[in-house]
Amino acid sequence: MDLSVIVMQLFTGLSLGMLYVLLALGLSIIFGLLTVVNFAHGAMYMWGAFIGVFTVTWTGSFWLALIMAPLGVGMYGLIVERWLIRPLYGRDINYPLLLTFGLQLIMIEVTRIFFGTSDHPFNAPDILSMPLEVMGIFYFPAYRVFLIIFTGVICAVLWYFLERTNLGLVIRAGTRDPLMVRALGIDMNRIWWLVFGIGSALAGLAGILAAPIRSVYPEMGVAMLVECFVVTVIGGMGSLPGAIVAGILLGLVSSLTTLIYPQMADIVIFLVMAVVLLVRPSGLFGKAGLLE
Amino acid sequence: MPKHQKGKGKGVSRRSFFKTTGVAAGAAALGGFHFTRTAQASKPLKLGCPLPLTGPYGTEALDQKAGAQLAVDQINAKGGVLGRKVELVVRDTKLKADEASRRAKELIESVGVELMTGCLSASNQLAVNEQCKLAGIPYMSISQANEITERGDASVYTWHEALNPHQTTQAVGGWVGKNFGKRWYFLTSDYAFGWQLTDGLRRAGKAYGIMDVGETKHPLGTSDFSSYFPRIMAAKPDVLFLDNFGKDQLNSVKQATSFGMKKKMQLICPVLLASARLGAGTKAYEGVKGGTSFYWQQDIPTAQAFTKAFWDKNGRPPIDYAGYAYGGVLELLGGVNRAGKLAALPLAKALEGRKYDNYKGPQWWRPCDHQSQQDVFILESKPPKKKYDVFKIIDTVSGANEALMRTCVEVGAVKGKPMRVGLKK
Amino acid sequence: MQTQQAEVGAGAPGGAWDRVVDLVSRYPVTVITIFFIIFPFVVPYKALATQIIIWGLFALGYNVCLGYTGMLSFGHAAYFGVGAYTLGIVLIRLWENLWFGLACATFMGAFTALILGFMCIKRKGIYFALLTLAFAQLLYFLAFQWVDLTGGDNGLRHIPAVPLPLPGFTVDIQDPLRFYFLVLFFVVLALMLLQRVLQSPFGRVLEAVRENDPRARSCGYETTNVRWMAFIISGAISGLAGGLYALYLHFVGIETLYWVTSGQILMITLLGGMGSFIGPFIGAGVFLFLEDVLSAITDNWMIFLGTIFILCVLFFPEGIWGSVMKLVNRSAGKKG
Repeated sequence: MDLSVIVMQLFTGLSLGMLYVLLALGLSIIFGLLTVVNFAHGAMYMWGAFIGVFTVTWTGSFWLALIMAPLGVGMYGLIVERWLIRPLYGRDINYPLLLTFGLQLIMIEVTRIFFGTSDHPFNAPDILSMPLEVMGIFYFPAYRVFLIIFTGVICAVLWYFLERTNLGLVIRAGTRDPLMVRALGIDMNRIWWLVFGIGSALAGLAGILAAPIRSVYPEMGVAMLVECFVVTVIGGMGSLPGAIVAGILLGLVSSLTTLIYPQMADIVIFLVMAVVLLVRPSGLFGKAGLLE
Repeated sequence: MPKHQKGKGKGVSRRSFFKTTGVAAGAAALGGFHFTRTAQASKPLKLGCPLPLTGPYGTEALDQKAGAQLAVDQINAKGGVLGRKVELVVRDTKLKADEASRRAKELIESVGVELMTGCLSASNQLAVNEQCKLAGIPYMSISQANEITERGDASVYTWHEALNPHQTTQAVGGWVGKNFGKRWYFLTSDYAFGWQLTDGLRRAGKAYGIMDVGETKHPLGTSDFSSYFPRIMAAKPDVLFLDNFGKDQLNSVKQATSFGMKKKMQLICPVLLASARLGAGTKAYEGVKGGTSFYWQQDIPTAQAFTKAFWDKNGRPPIDYAGYAYGGVLELLGGVNRAGKLAALPLAKALEGRKYDNYKGPQWWRPCDHQSQQDVFILESKPPKKKYDVFKIIDTVSGANEALMRTCVEVGAVKGKPMRVGLKK
Repeated sequence: MQTQQAEVGAGAPGGAWDRVVDLVSRYPVTVITIFFIIFPFVVPYKALATQIIIWGLFALGYNVCLGYTGMLSFGHAAYFGVGAYTLGIVLIRLWENLWFGLACATFMGAFTALILGFMCIKRKGIYFALLTLAFAQLLYFLAFQWVDLTGGDNGLRHIPAVPLPLPGFTVDIQDPLRFYFLVLFFVVLALMLLQRVLQSPFGRVLEAVRENDPRARSCGYETTNVRWMAFIISGAISGLAGGLYALYLHFVGIETLYWVTSGQILMITLLGGMGSFIGPFIGAGVFLFLEDVLSAITDNWMIFLGTIFILCVLFFPEGIWGSVMKLVNRSAGKKG
């Protein structure tokens, strides 16, 4: 196999991994802090894409859509947490799982009622849509380069927020020991609320970023959801560096698999998960004991 | 499969029972699973129609539903079938084969359908076909599959109005072989439909001396094809075939365009879908060519009449799959009217070998396997002048004289002997 | 979570309704049997009744895992699917004998659970769930690719419609009602065996493991093996249910092995209520009935299903049967 093909393959793998990273970050932060297995995450990703389609149809601006999608889905997340998830705290983790599963069905159907089952055309803005020539024989879309850089920036912002701000400190403390944080006089409900909103906003952002690449239709989040669970678990539940590393890793692995045995491309992530969990029971960066 | 044959035989004997006692009594016996019906003759005739309304093929399925409904309405307006009104009973299969099987069973046992149509995707229609064969109910299949008219699955109850992958690829492959370069690459959806498309294209290409420079199989429902492209670009093909369907086609075309593949090679979709083209937008599909069974701007009187009737009712032109449903249901119901009674064997006698033109030009029911012979049209995607005006018909490949079909020997179970599921030869 | 016997024992039975619930809790197998004998005559059509008891049986098997042992599995599609494929393949290729086919299906369900359980059983919680999911998906992939054996994406077709061989004569089971009672026979059989198992000392250990694993271990029980055993029993029942499902449809779809099936059985079990014999059947009944009725009325039936799930979680967190039990206990408590 040509070396240039492998280099290109790594690039596509990286861009593939970026959507995993964004979605897994959202899932993981919600997992880690709220111990909520959010089954509606895929539907939120889908709503992000639809808000994008809606905004672009009305205003014609991709950049506005890029702001509106996370904002809209984030606000929706705040509402969901306040009225649906909060009554379930203190119960078994199966209940939020079941609830968000039901929520996902409703969200998909609502979208179907308003937008129909058809796909919605959505293109990258013109300055990002031309293919860049690489090594003479290949092209690489500018939009994917943008996707990689933009996700990197988001990760950096999130890292700064969690590691360098006071609120971030409280959130990190909350993942370790919510009881202790509460004892220090901090309203954990407010923190959980906020974190669910941030997680949802990340899903919305992933949705709008995926819209120019993939088809936009009501069930677009269903398959994505399971893949993201897998990424989150491989990285370790609740671990943000884990989500980033695992997301990129799986992007690369599934991209390289298409070279060797392409039929396995979908299933290889499960294989990786099985191996990781058998060797390292709590994922690459996970803490033992969490969510067991 | 001796037992299997036995099940079939049972259905036939029930049907011949129909012949002697007449429609009313027979239908009462069928409805008797649930409750005894009186005044059967005035009761509507129920036509079952399982479709994957939810799931990735929802768009195409909705058009199938509208097409089937249009045919039913037209038949009803002309007095129905054997004096009875026809009622279309639609069920959602969610694109799961076992769900399709369950739904078909429910339609037969509970709703008491006496005819069946519908289904999209090979797996779903094969599952429905199994149930129809067991119950002895005529089934008009309206989606592309090779198996349904092959050994094992084909039966006297089974009808296939749609093109099958073989016909499509013989037409498209031959046309591409004539008009484009010789280096072919296949991006194949990894299931029976995709395999059959690729096999058919290879076979069609042989006559033109094509060079198979590679094939990549992708899992069904792949959402990101980018990682398949470097290898394809490195193989430097003249033509890239996207042997897939629905969202897979949409995604692969959209992403291939963004990777600048069109600058280096011609993209061909053997089954070029209007629904995917509308969903992906003009830019993504521009210049993509492929085959279809029907396009609404066709210059054929029946096609124009169908398009007008469909448009008046639904506010949009029909896609190819709406055409299959419309044509198939018209044939099924019309066939029963011509047969004079509602039973599988008279229906087979009425349809086999029949030449007809419902919506797309001349078609013919081949007696040996109940496959519909028809033309294939070659399309090219273009920027629309008005809404829905997305393709240009650039060629017509005639299907006459079984040119695109496999021989009756090929589809049969015994080597060297033609299959005979029908009554006539 | 308490067992149902203990819950009922706490309150003296009061009115007629209480007495019914008390009866159901004391003699679940008898009551379920009697109920399901009448059942096909009251549902809209017999095929629905058959589907409900098959999925109920599957949920019962799943419940051994989730309700009685506290293991959240996300890969039960594997055992159900393996059972279904086994029956189909045996009938097509080996021997057209219904008893043999179903025995093989049950055995293969148990065997698959034994192998996969060996690899997953040491993990707990969400990690266990996702490991089971991973292996189930690998099986799905295997079945998808092994076209010669399974039919691949097109599904396993042409499963012969075999009669039921009994000593001396055979019974044709193509009639929906006869087939229903055949399935019911296996359901009752599974219920009786399961009841024996749960009332045995092993059942008590199971409960101990669910409630407090470290403590059970410190009492000297090899808890991993106990969980593994429960997992195998669960796999066997799921395999049997899968075999019956294949027999019922004469067809096995590749989706039977897909994770969506695992999700569905989890939902059914939670909807009905965990840790009882009745719950799974109620869950299966409500789920399939709603799906059937709603999907005939509207294309957007999932919206109602979703709403019902959310309402159930918010207001009936113990599932339908669990909530009924709670309600009865509360009123009994007041009277007492």
